[in-house]
Amino acid sequence: MDYFAQQLINGLTLGSIYGLIAIGYTMVYGIVGMINFAHGEVFMIGAFIALIAVLSLFALGVTAVPLALLLALVIAMALTGLWGWAIERLAYRPLRNSFRLAPLITAIGMSIALQTFVALTQGARSKPLPPVIRGGFTLSEGNGFAVSLSYMQILIIVTTVVVMAAFSYLINSTSLGRAQRACEQDRKMAALCGVNVDRTISLTFVIGAALAAVAGLMFLAYYGVIDFFVGFVAGIKAFTAAVLGGIGSLPGAMLGGLLIGLIEVFWAGYFTAQYKDVAAFSILAIVLIFMPSGLLGRPEVEKV
Amino acid sequence: MKPLLTVRGVETYYGAIRALKGVDIDVFEGEIVTMIGSNGAGKTTLMNTVCGDPRARSGRIVFDGRDITAMPTHEIMRLSIAQSPEGRRIFPRMTVYENLLMGALLGPGDDASIKEDLATVFGLFPVLERRQGQRGGTLSGGEQQMLAIGRALMGRPKLLLLDEPSLGLAPLIVRQIFSVIRDLNRTQGLTVFLVEQNAFHALKLAHRGYVMVNGQITMSGPAAELLARDDIKAAYLEGGVHA
Repeated sequence: MDYFAQQLINGLTLGSIYGLIAIGYTMVYGIVGMINFAHGEVFMIGAFIALIAVLSLFALGVTAVPLALLLALVIAMALTGLWGWAIERLAYRPLRNSFRLAPLITAIGMSIALQTFVALTQGARSKPLPPVIRGGFTLSEGNGFAVSLSYMQILIIVTTVVVMAAFSYLINSTSLGRAQRACEQDRKMAALCGVNVDRTISLTFVIGAALAAVAGLMFLAYYGVIDFFVGFVAGIKAFTAAVLGGIGSLPGAMLGGLLIGLIEVFWAGYFTAQYKDVAAFSILAIVLIFMPSGLLGRPEVEKV
Repeated sequence: MKPLLTVRGVETYYGAIRALKGVDIDVFEGEIVTMIGSNGAGKTTLMNTVCGDPRARSGRIVFDGRDITAMPTHEIMRLSIAQSPEGRRIFPRMTVYENLLMGALLGPGDDASIKEDLATVFGLFPVLERRQGQRGGTLSGGEQQMLAIGRALMGRPKLLLLDEPSLGLAPLIVRQIFSVIRDLNRTQGLTVFLVEQNAFHALKLAHRGYVMVNGQITMSGPAAELLARDDIKAAYLEGGVHA
């Protein structure tokens, strides 16, 4: 039981990170119908910006860790959002009315370009961040096994909950969110209602990138090391999460993220760590056989 | 009367196909103008060209004194044109209430006027008030049409564009919708441009009418005169002065 509880905590932490990245995939798919394969790299760039920001803030004498992290979070969200905006503007918008595969191919190209760019400018070696938050609670002890919940884990889960709550409010209850959903459901009608569709699509990329930056900072702080390649695996996992939850569905992306995180951690904990990815992808395959539109996705057919 | 919408020599293409072949129309303030014609004549294309999508390849469109020929759709609409489009295009996964709020983007936008406009729309179509919290996609055809018109009215438009509001609806509902439009025109001076295949109802409602055939205007004049013409009766009212 103690072991189970520990894996649950670890799984939720990892799942939170996946979920935040998955939202970017699902939002972009919902509004422009493409899989933004460069989104994993946006997450990686977010992590790098966060790392540079944290180290610069420390160097500038901001030694209070919570303050430094908060500032780094804001900086990373803003700058990564800018990257998301630029990527859409440069690589996807010119191809919007092109054939369906064109933006997909460009996205893969963009992903390679971003990886290479970071490898060249930041170096290919992995970059460490000394542990910034140490310690935690020991929830129970006995039978030679202690269940611990680190401050870092609490921070990640709480941040995710707060960010998700703010994000849900934005999408469900503000006119900006309504415009976003309108473009997703009927772009032409949204324009007829006076919505600037291009700007709304840009904004979707910015929001997705900002959430990926939150995930990037948490990944950096949790694992303490990043390199130019971290976006690839995390991106594939988050994409899997988005598909598992039902691509296009925002709650689905979060649910999918948590599930992929839990599956991975439990598999590694009870079976073998080497096969944890196989487990996650197998569950995806099984779910898609029985529920082709994912757990919370809507079926393709719609009443007209 | 002041001209609100002026269309001159407009040509619109779909690829190599010339869908509009030099169309001229005028809509004056306070008028209901209808465009009748058979399926595929180019009526909807004209309405969409006014809204900037597809764009006119040649010709000129002026609304309220401004040349809108080259403007992007959302900017044209913000000059206070609202469209209730062909097929209604209700946002299917938004509630009725949210659909109405989408229409309010063209209006003044403050809470008080939104509340006031909601009350007006609910007064015109009480069924929408009862269905407020329901998703748009679950409404019946008639309710969706009322919602599409209600959404357009939320923007307090100077010009209301209505595309085939009678399509696929029961006669009773068509009559209800048309009487709402007539009342809005009479009491508030709302200017309406109506595209219809249901020529009889449209000409009964409108002040003036145009007949479109194959992307060209072939006849125009006061609606009552058009309605009385034998060639129109033969071409568009055949099989039914469905009174």
